[in-house]
Amino acid sequence: MPDTRESVDSPPSLIHARGLTKRFGDITAVDSIDFDVAPGESFGFLGPNGAGKTSTMRMIGCVSPATAGTLRILGQDPAADGPKIRARLGVVPQQDTLDTELTVRENLVLYGRYFGLSRAECNKRADDLLEFAQLTERAGDQVEHLSGGLKRRLTIARSLINEPDLMLLDEPTTGLDPQARHLLWDRLYRLKQRGVTLVLTTHYMDEAEQLCDRLVVMDKAKIVAEGSPRNLIERYSTREVTELRFAAGVQETLDGQLEGLAERVERLPDRVLLYADDGEAAVAAAHARGLQPETVLVRRSTLEDVFLRLTGRSLVD
Amino acid sequence: MSAIARTTSGIGRVFEHRFITYRRTFRASIFSSFLTPVLFLTAMGLGIGGYVDRGGANAALGGVSYIAFLAPGLLVATCMQAASFEATFPIMAGLVWTRTFHAMYATPITPRDVALGNILWFGARLLLISSVFTLVIVVFGAAISPLVLLAIPVSVLTGLAFAAPIAAFSATQRTPDRFAAIFRFGITPLFLFSGTFYPVESLPAVVQPLAWITPLYHGVVLARGLSLGTVGTSALPMQLALIHLAVLVGFIVVGSLLTIRTVGAKLVRG
Repeated sequence: MPDTRESVDSPPSLIHARGLTKRFGDITAVDSIDFDVAPGESFGFLGPNGAGKTSTMRMIGCVSPATAGTLRILGQDPAADGPKIRARLGVVPQQDTLDTELTVRENLVLYGRYFGLSRAECNKRADDLLEFAQLTERAGDQVEHLSGGLKRRLTIARSLINEPDLMLLDEPTTGLDPQARHLLWDRLYRLKQRGVTLVLTTHYMDEAEQLCDRLVVMDKAKIVAEGSPRNLIERYSTREVTELRFAAGVQETLDGQLEGLAERVERLPDRVLLYADDGEAAVAAAHARGLQPETVLVRRSTLEDVFLRLTGRSLVD
Repeated sequence: MSAIARTTSGIGRVFEHRFITYRRTFRASIFSSFLTPVLFLTAMGLGIGGYVDRGGANAALGGVSYIAFLAPGLLVATCMQAASFEATFPIMAGLVWTRTFHAMYATPITPRDVALGNILWFGARLLLISSVFTLVIVVFGAAISPLVLLAIPVSVLTGLAFAAPIAAFSATQRTPDRFAAIFRFGITPLFLFSGTFYPVESLPAVVQPLAWITPLYHGVVLARGLSLGTVGTSALPMQLALIHLAVLVGFIVVGSLLTIRTVGAKLVRG
């Protein structure tokens, strides 16, 4: 039965959240956040562990009810139409939920069956997805014996079996080695190019920069900033950053000597960050004051700097 | 109508998942389904029964041979044990270890489908086990009435009367630590004291009511009545048989409702 309500009074965004809140007892995991995700967009939640990203994703995935606020997914209400919405989502959970004793192919086919697809259709789609995830040669292998990277690829392939309108990826590459991450990013980038709407959480700023058209920075259950990666960097950081590292014990003696070296100075436990559009000028200023750092690094600003500016803390401890 | 169709198909898909994962161990499982009754009926029915029957027909056993008395009790008790195992570790695996039930919940499948699909699967497993067991009983000549065939559904129901509440409990656990206690302080004593090996009336009067509150006793009495053909006679009046049946169904219904709740709570919590 086609759903006619959708086209009539639903908002144009795929996800529409206002005042979205999730509480567990006394703990507020998500504190009244607002956001919209448009069709075809790659949207990210960037924040440290415990910021409320997974709780938000689970509400979007219609597996955890919101405590308060409005949430519409694909124009529908998760509280009323959870199964119907889930039929159109592709979910990559943070923790693998694969059937480890079954083969790669069996995992794909069985998952397709959950969506009510015929066996023949599941088999056909499984072939394509094995190809896409570069798992064709491993189709008959038991999942238990796969590496972490291959399991993630299988989980992503599996989440595509229902040809979802919206993909939810919760920390898709956490715990993977750099090579496996890059392979995964490549696959996700292809999906993005095909026009699939991606929503992902990450605490890796490089992942957010690579994959997200737009993102929100989350900290302590709230959204603290929103924009494209470039836009956020321009807004909250300088063009360049100079990192100074001093010999052990020296940094603690520099009180009063760092102020005014740059637009903004951040002292981290292991280094000093000078925020200035011209990094080399900041280095020169430091030398002119007689500072003698052991190493000097001038680099471009990243989302890590944005996060530091917004919260006073690093993303990854 | 379409809502009902959707619900049953959700349960069916959960059942299908359990069946496909089970297929890998089918051979070993069918082998042990045969082995258990053969071993028990030989050792206890023929071995111990040889001594019990030495003095002629025993009035306390209803005037039948020991193996005829024992067989339906063992059938039901075996179903209880198998059901209790199915309702503990595989439930914990799906919710905590491999988290495959969470994978189902990310699709149109609901927590209720997960709970009821699993209980339906327990039923299928028990049907296989009890059918094989009953076949062995017949081959041993330990069945007196053709009504023994009805002992198959009775033992399935008895197994479910344990499996459903135990599954509800399993879904609340994070580790299998307490499962050992279920078997040690629940299943094993019941196996010994619920009339499987001797009439409950042989026990001291104070402990007899304890047997009444567990499903095993009701299942054993019912299955034995069917196997010996005494249902509807003074040994087991029909009204009493129906009460036994109602107790089993009651445990299943309440246990299933609880399982829907606890599995749902676990899936929503994540």
